[in-house]
Amino acid sequence: MITVCRIDDLPPGESIRVTEGVPAPVAVFHTEDGEVYALDDTCSHQDASLSDGWMEGCFVECPLHAAFFDMRTGNPTCAPAKFPVRTHQVSVENGHVLLHISVGEPA
Amino acid sequence: MRSVTVVGASLAGLSAVRALRAEGFEGDITVVGKELHLPYDRPPLSKEFLKGNLDAEALALSEPYEYEDLEANWLLGESAVRLDPGARTVTLAGGQELQSDGVVIATGAAPRTLPAADGLAGVHTLRTLDDALALRAELLDGMPRVVVIGAGFIGAEVASTAHRLGLHVTVVEALDVPLERQLGRDMGLLAASLHTDHGVDLVCGTGVTGFAGEGRVAGVHLADGRTLPADVVVIGVGVRPATDWLVDSGVELDDGVVCDAGCATSVPGVVAVGDIARCPNPFTGRHARIEHWSNANEQSRTAIRTLLTGVSAQPPATAPYFWSDQYGVRIQLAGHVPAGARPRIVEGDVDSRSFAAVYEIAGEPVAAVAMNQPKLFNRLRRKLTPALAAVAS
Repeated sequence: MITVCRIDDLPPGESIRVTEGVPAPVAVFHTEDGEVYALDDTCSHQDASLSDGWMEGCFVECPLHAAFFDMRTGNPTCAPAKFPVRTHQVSVENGHVLLHISVGEPA
Repeated sequence: MRSVTVVGASLAGLSAVRALRAEGFEGDITVVGKELHLPYDRPPLSKEFLKGNLDAEALALSEPYEYEDLEANWLLGESAVRLDPGARTVTLAGGQELQSDGVVIATGAAPRTLPAADGLAGVHTLRTLDDALALRAELLDGMPRVVVIGAGFIGAEVASTAHRLGLHVTVVEALDVPLERQLGRDMGLLAASLHTDHGVDLVCGTGVTGFAGEGRVAGVHLADGRTLPADVVVIGVGVRPATDWLVDSGVELDDGVVCDAGCATSVPGVVAVGDIARCPNPFTGRHARIEHWSNANEQSRTAIRTLLTGVSAQPPATAPYFWSDQYGVRIQLAGHVPAGARPRIVEGDVDSRSFAAVYEIAGEPVAAVAMNQPKLFNRLRRKLTPALAAVAS
């Protein structure tokens, strides 16, 4: 388990890239609706960082090719992405964002 | 409409097939592709693929399960040579005739070459997967001296990749400032500095007059009298739309296929998409071809609605967008940079090659450019004002 940051430092609409203590970079998102999600940071299509992406509801848009991913499942909703990105468990406890790194396949 | 022929099997052609099925079209779809490959992604051809870090399979734009769903008939390795507008019959080089109710023109563009290079080994253009394989084989064979003719995006990306392979690279550009038409003077100069930052020689304002070497290139003759020694030459001086097969078809041609905003051509039942389509753009107000990946990916939705309804569909007024990766810098541009406009830096600074900037008309942002600032760039991109509205305000 990794403490990412204080939730106050990740206001709704913001995202952060986690590189320490993880096998591959993870993007943690705080949506405008107040939900917190975590995905593998690297787009499944080509080299781009999803933590740089634009959030719309529970979707994030790849900053390079505009592929959308459902942050709940990691599944792409449109071309050009063909494959899902892995999701990770994330929670907010005592004002801190906690990342529970998983090695499983996307839900 | 019960049958559609899509001529061209790259991103625009595949997007057209996807759009047809997404719009509920259940008829026959035949796709004609000049190359033997199923649709693949071209942007990596000048970058990671050229460097040898990706294999061809990684470039595939789709997967077997999607091809099964799409239920299209792919005629690969076939070239269209003629279109009969009355019956919408596409004739292939082998003589086969494909008659259908609708035709999608998606034959794209082909690289311009220099006549003096005809038949000379070691001189390359880069457009297709096979082009990239041929160039890669030569770049990875020993330590060839590389000359890139043209400092546009393809030329700059090839130069960057060759430099990363440890090769000596010289870039020759006929204009005084590379990419000035696309990026404006300030950003063009900055793009030029990316080459020199990394020790790549950049020769600007000098044309190429010919080549040294018999059978195989040995050097590039410049207008200033110099000859640059070269083992491998890459010509990146732009493209011309692949319209040869449409001459005398009745489809109006003028720097591509002339279309209305909905991608309708001058012939009923025939639409055009991608690099070849010259449509009035509702965002930029320009009637110009757009050679961007994102355009090829998105424009088909409009074109297919036009084709299926017979009424020109309204395209979304979003800013044309593209990116380029060179020397570890990701350049992103949205909108059309007005001639003579100066960028206003919103954040970051140009010296660190990390910034985002906007171009404004009457105080309204009409274009955004960034280096290594994808997050901010995408925010700025969403706030852009269509140039027509900015002019009117």
